[in-house]
Parts: sequence; structure tokens; C-alpha cells
Amino acid sequence: MSELPSDFFYTQSHEWLRDNGDGTLTVGITDHAQEQLGDLVYVELPEVGTHLTTGDACGVVESVKAASDVYAPIDGEVLAVNETLAETPELINQSPYADGWLFSIKPDSAEVLKNLMNTEAYRAYLDSEG
Amino acid sequence: MLIFDHSRSGRRARAQAPLEAQPLAHLPERFRRRMPIGLPEVSELQAVRHYTRLSQQNFSIDTHFYPLGSCTMKYNPRGANALAMLPGFLNRHPYAPERFSQGVLETLYELQQMLAAVTGMRGVSLTPMAGAQGEFAGVAMIRAYHRARGDTQRTEIIVPDAAHGTNPATAVMCGYRVREIPIDAHGDVDLAALRAAVGPSTAGMMLTNPSTLGVFERRIEEIARIVHGAGGLLYYDGANLNAILGKARPGDMGFDAIHINLHKTFSTPHGGGGPGAGPVGVSERLLPFLPLPLVAMEEGRYRLLEEADRPHSIGRLSAFMGNVGVLLRAYVYMRMLGREGMPRVAEFATLNANYLARRLAEADFTLAYPERRASHEFIVTLKREAKQTGITAMDYAKRLLDYGVHAPTTYFPLLVPECLLIEPTETEAKEALDDFVNAMTAIRAESETDPAKVKDAPHTLPNRRFDEVRAARNPDLRWQPPR
Repeated sequence: MSELPSDFFYTQSHEWLRDNGDGTLTVGITDHAQEQLGDLVYVELPEVGTHLTTGDACGVVESVKAASDVYAPIDGEVLAVNETLAETPELINQSPYADGWLFSIKPDSAEVLKNLMNTEAYRAYLDSEG
Repeated sequence: MLIFDHSRSGRRARAQAPLEAQPLAHLPERFRRRMPIGLPEVSELQAVRHYTRLSQQNFSIDTHFYPLGSCTMKYNPRGANALAMLPGFLNRHPYAPERFSQGVLETLYELQQMLAAVTGMRGVSLTPMAGAQGEFAGVAMIRAYHRARGDTQRTEIIVPDAAHGTNPATAVMCGYRVREIPIDAHGDVDLAALRAAVGPSTAGMMLTNPSTLGVFERRIEEIARIVHGAGGLLYYDGANLNAILGKARPGDMGFDAIHINLHKTFSTPHGGGGPGAGPVGVSERLLPFLPLPLVAMEEGRYRLLEEADRPHSIGRLSAFMGNVGVLLRAYVYMRMLGREGMPRVAEFATLNANYLARRLAEADFTLAYPERRASHEFIVTLKREAKQTGITAMDYAKRLLDYGVHAPTTYFPLLVPECLLIEPTETEAKEALDDFVNAMTAIRAESETDPAKVKDAPHTLPNRRFDEVRAARNPDLRWQPPR
């Protein structure tokens, strides 16, 4: 079982969110997701300023195995993207919860996190998926 | 070693030299090359050895069992090759007048008719030069259809998440947004999700049936009703047509457009042995939009239909008639099978797949959809093996090469973890299938007794494991002379 940061939020499509405490959230893909994908070779990120709706395909992570969409975990506006991934997508493999972050987002409301899983729920979800 | 590495200045092979030098006087100065062309300079024997050696390194249908799922790597009958290379076909110039081309036009006309009959479509165009171009033609016709009706609000193509990657790519190339819908636990399209997804912006839906999960989409008629009810059209990806050939027809299921991979279902050479061909078939309402040229018969004479005959056509996708050499091979193959032979293709493709699936299950490998009958292919998941031993699907795939088997498709579809997509095709004997089961069982035993042997495989091929990350990120595709 891959390690999970305790104070993050998670989606069923294996994105994580970290509350930065200043009204912004940071988004990435989980260790489980990067493990399934294998070595990443290319990352496409949303444009800064884009408004995302939950479930929108807002980016692509491509590995030696497959290309996979990244889905917007919440409604909100993209504030910044991790530019270093263009040259070093392997950061997602090496450090999915820190250096391999994808983008940061300003949520439309504080309520948005209510629909997401906490660490315990996501761990149970991973277990149920086998 | 590249052919360039054998090159020594001034060395010559005469066999391919032109009989007489061609004067350049008619070629304007500005079009003439200033730099030497940079061809390798080798002797005839060196060239023969180099390419013979490369051909011996090939893993091919002619040398090995090749159960590459979704690719239908079946035997390409030599008879089809021989007949397609008759001098009358081979030496015909594409600009030869129609009155001197009645033989080839008749053949292509009959191929259009046969493909339409076996798929249940109203018309077929042969010109797309590959499956991907056939897909493009199909969705371009769907677009042309909506536009011709002034129906310009339709901006979305629905694609199930198990689809071939070409489907969403095609939709995007044709200017559509892709809307992905999930499949349910049994491998069928999630009808509730489909109902929720369709609406006034639905241009169409792309579907492979049997799906890439190796199972037949059982509620296809209901799917057709839902998509048509919303005003969308239904596109059939012909990738898996082999499983239903002569048994069920996409036209009868309600599909409006289909592409047919001749290099899969109709046994023309694949990939490097290609080129491909991806004819498109359509229902009544898409007939006016078929790509050109088409072959028509009028009073016993054959002629090509051009823009003047078909003003609503989406146009041309290739020079002349597409890859005629490939079309001819498919024609001969279909003639050899005949109407009664076609269902036998589907029956034996399905029988081989189910036999192999059953034997692997008995050998304690896990089928992804054990309760479903396989179509022409099926999925084994090595999730449990990977967890227990750390030996992954990719390791199995690489080690299979040492056992003289081309690897099945790995990690596709991605929604099944650690998967092998296995398609034996109808042209394999039972012994080849049994050998495959034995190889898989032997690899599992090795992964417990000698895991390094599996992890480091292949051991018997000219190359070992490749740096796939570097290959994807920094491909080095062009030879350049040493400075």
C-alpha cells in the first residue's frame, strides 16, 4: 500500500488536494495513480486563469504505458501551474505529493471540499479497488 | 548497426543503377540539389547481408505466434499476394484511361459491394489509406451530415472509456469535444451514463463492438436508440470486426458509419509489411458524403465517380484510389473465403480465444471478465502475480519473447491493472495455443524460483530492454553523417 499524506483530500479518479490555508488548494495525482501509470514522459496542464468545473478533463499525464486525463476535482480558477513538469515530468513519479504537484486552484466556495474523500476514505477506496 | 555504418566512400552496387544517366536540363536550376544526397556507399553483397540479417531479427507472423490483442495478427495468405501481383494489376498506371482499366475497376467495385454486404452498410469508399484515416473519414461525414441539415449546435462525440485511443483523437481532429462515459462492471457501456450524456450537443458516439475488453456489447440496439433519439449518429470502429465476420453486421445494429481495417479482418499485411487500408462504409443518410473516388457501374462499364458526380462528398483522402495493392489482396482473400467462409473466420477466432482463455484460467491465471464469453480476444490480469512476486505484466511480456511468442498487448485497456490483451486469431493451430499456456506457466514458476531471469528478459534477442522514457522524450530518428 502506498503512503498517504494525512491531511489531504482525494477523488475517485486519484487526484489529491492540499488545503494551503490561504484560500487556495494545490492539486496533484496520487502515488497510486503514478504507480499505475509508470514512468511519465509528458504532462499537459490547464492554462492559468481558466475556470474549471468539477469533472472537466483539465490536463493529461502521459507515461510509457498510456495517456490519461486529469480531472478537475472541484469548481474553481487555476492560479498557477507547475512549470518544471514540462522538462521533468518524472517529478510526479519521484515526489507525487510535493515537487510533482500539477496546479493550484482558487475554489469557488469553501463547500467544495465536502464532496471529496479524506485520507481514511481514500485508503478504504483503494482497498476496495483491490 | 545501420547501413550507413557499412559505408565506405566510392564503394558501389551496380544492380540498382539506372541504365542511362537522366539529363537534368529540363529541371530549373533553383530546384537542383546542391549537397550530395548522402546515400550509404556499400557493395551489393553488403546491402543484401544487412537487410537479410535485419529481416532475421524480426518477430513476425511468418516466424512466431503473435497474439497481439486488438491487432488481429493473422496469417496473410500467399495466394492473395500472388494474385495482387499479376502484371496487369502491378503495371497499371493510375492515369491509365478507364477503358483500359476495366479489370481493376471491376475488382474494386466488387470489393465495395462485398464490404457493404458483409457489414450491412449501404455504400463503401475504399480510399482511406489506414484505419485512422478511415475513422477520420467517418467522423468527417457525420460532421458534414449535421452541417448539411443546418444542425450546427452539435459539438460533442461520446466515447466509452475503454475505447481505442484513436477514437478520441479522431473526434478532436474533426473539431469535436470528447465526452467520455464509463463502462459497467461487466464490460458493457453504462446506459445510465450514456442517457445522461446525450443531448442537443451530441454529434455522435464512437464504439467498438466487440469492445476492447474482448466482450460483445449486448445492449447495442438500446445504445443505438439512445444516440439516434438524441439526434446523434453512431460510429463503428472496425478494429474488432474479425469476431463477428459473417455472423452479425454493424449496419443491422444501427451503425451509421464504419471503418474496416483490411490489414486486420481481411488479412492484408500489417505495419512495416503494410501499407494499410481503412475503407469506410455508411448508412443511407451518409451516402452523399462518402470520400472520392468511388467506382460505379453503368451499363456494364465501370467508371470513377468524381466531385461532379458527388458534390456533397467530404472529398479526397489520397491520390487516386487509396492503396490499391492492399485492396486487391483483401479482394482475393474475400473471394477465397466466399460467403460461407466468412462466418468460419469468426467461429474459429472466437473458439481459439475461448479455448485459450479457458486453459489459462485452468492454469490459475485470472481473467478480467471470467463470467463473460470472450469474443476474439480476452484479458488476463496479472495483478495478483505482480503483488505477490513483483513480476509485472511487462516482465511476462518480455520473457514470452524468449519462449518464441510475440507479447500480447500490455497495459491496454488501462482500466484493467497489469493486463495482457490476448488475441490468438483463427489461423493458429491448437498446439500453438497450448505452447502459449505452457510458456505462461513456466514464466510464473520462474518468477518464484529465479525472478531475475524474468526481470531481465529477454535473454535471447539481439536487444534487451529499451529505455522507453528516453525513447518517448528524446527520440533519435534521423541518421546524420559524422562531423
